Amino acid sequence: MGKLMDRLKALLKLHFIVPFLFLVVVFYFIPVIITFLISFTNMSSFTGFSNWHWVGLKNYVFILKNPETAQHFWITVKYVICTLIFFNVGLAFVLAIATTHISQRWGYFFRSLWLLPRITPVVVYIMMWQFLVADAPYGVINQLVIKPLGLQPQNWLAVFPFLMIVLINGFVGASFGMIIFTSAIESIPKEIMNAALIDGATIFQRIRYIIVPYLKWPLLFVLTYQTLSLLTSFEQILILTNGEFGTEVWALWAYHKALSNYWGNFQWGFGMALSAILVIVGVIFSIVYMKFFKFNELVKKPKVETL
Amino acid sequence: MGEKFFKYLTIIFLILISLPIILGFLWIFISTFSIRTFGLVPVDSTGHIGGLTFSNWKFLFDKTVWIVTFNTLILSIGLTAGVIFVSALAGYALSRMNFPGRKSILSLSLMLHAFPSITLLIAIYFVLRWISKIPVIGNGLPVIGGFGYDTLGGIILVSIALQLPLGVWLMKGFFDNVSWDMEMAALIDGCSRFRILWQIILPQIKPGIAALAIFSFIQGWSSFLIPYSFMTSASTATVATFLNSLLSESAPVNYGTLAAVGLFQLLPVLIFFIFTQKYLLNIFSGGVKGSS
Repeated sequence: MGKLMDRLKALLKLHFIVPFLFLVVVFYFIPVIITFLISFTNMSSFTGFSNWHWVGLKNYVFILKNPETAQHFWITVKYVICTLIFFNVGLAFVLAIATTHISQRWGYFFRSLWLLPRITPVVVYIMMWQFLVADAPYGVINQLVIKPLGLQPQNWLAVFPFLMIVLINGFVGASFGMIIFTSAIESIPKEIMNAALIDGATIFQRIRYIIVPYLKWPLLFVLTYQTLSLLTSFEQILILTNGEFGTEVWALWAYHKALSNYWGNFQWGFGMALSAILVIVGVIFSIVYMKFFKFNELVKKPKVETL
Repeated sequence: MGEKFFKYLTIIFLILISLPIILGFLWIFISTFSIRTFGLVPVDSTGHIGGLTFSNWKFLFDKTVWIVTFNTLILSIGLTAGVIFVSALAGYALSRMNFPGRKSILSLSLMLHAFPSITLLIAIYFVLRWISKIPVIGNGLPVIGGFGYDTLGGIILVSIALQLPLGVWLMKGFFDNVSWDMEMAALIDGCSRFRILWQIILPQIKPGIAALAIFSFIQGWSSFLIPYSFMTSASTATVATFLNSLLSESAPVNYGTLAAVGLFQLLPVLIFFIFTQKYLLNIFSGGVKGSS
């Protein structure tokens, strides 16, 4: 204990790092502890902040027994897998290859275009999609594609809600992988590419035998990193459908239970148990990244030893 | 012919898959200046082509929108200043100083970088409620209202904290690339670490600071979930929540006005983006430097 206090005192002497540590403790450490503590209580807006009891693992048992759990679990799994495969990794890879095989100016143009969804304020972005898929005669897709083909115009959000949440997240998510893959492709030694070109390798052979092997690590990184982001993100779904039409993913479920629902009955204990599960998943993933992606090599010792 | 043909084919393919983005932005620009639109075509009230108007921008004369804009500006500026200040100090210490626990703090900040802070949102609600109970700091400050629940200062503080892992990691990366020579000389001459940081190092990493500043500003200006969750008493806390309340109103909404408010929020971000793309690309790729 004494040793720990000494270390703490030494750290506090480093006033440079104090603001950072303070914010991390208040907004990361304490919340994690609160999440776990409250997940073992029956605290809700019904019991208030004074009348609650410890209930042990009851909330977790309730999650296991709840008939809704399976539904939310599978929609989350489906949503994460589809978005990852088709967009965050798949489309990102296609975009990276396509934009590095055309002239530089065009490549730059398309990469900027695909960054736009990421920087567009999320409410504006969702609004854009809502009107793209709105019913005739307002919706752009109905007006430009469906009607000329002679098909029945519809409000596509209500018809394919799942497809929509994958699309809106995919169009944002693709740019992350695109940038990482692009810089990886550009760092492939020119000699290797030229040798392949001289040998008459087709574009598909080059992708298969040069680009993919070179991109093994970036691919793996984007895959695992984006899995975690997708598992825990719900902002777009909250605005687009608010979890209706069977699009209530796990994180949104927790959010609704604990902070925002129509009935004003906030089940903090139950919601915290739901998010505690996500916290555990998050911590496991973060540790894996550190071990897996050779963190120690990034940490060089500083040259000046004195304080 | 083969190679060239292939390039054109690639461009056509890229245009096709980018269509939703292109059409979405086109739709916003067009419907901002129309009474209604059928698809991308502006129409008047009888459904014929025409009906161009400026009336969608009437909301600019509404007082609410300016209160909301002012709040959003304070949020963005506060977030930017806070993130730069805290991450520059911490990044410098982590890059240049050797102290016990340095490595654990570094791994901690990297772990936080991977950790999805959004999962802590519900617990942060409790933290903010506690801060509210502290006199004056909680909710008795001018302009930002305080640092507790349902105040502008509170959401600024939360936003800063959630942005820190990226900021610290990025700043550390920039500091790592600055040469040691001048700093060594200054240290030997007995210059304090703070003065070194302020007068020697910071001027050398201006591009890095600019990048982080622009990114933070855009984040603050666009942020929705944190103001929406933690400034609940007014649905009109920031531009994003204001737009969302318009969007989810059950009464028949005026699409043109919605688009205009959307464009109003989008424009500053777009302008920043067009002029600072190169810097921003640094951020998006810099966050994962060394992992590939």
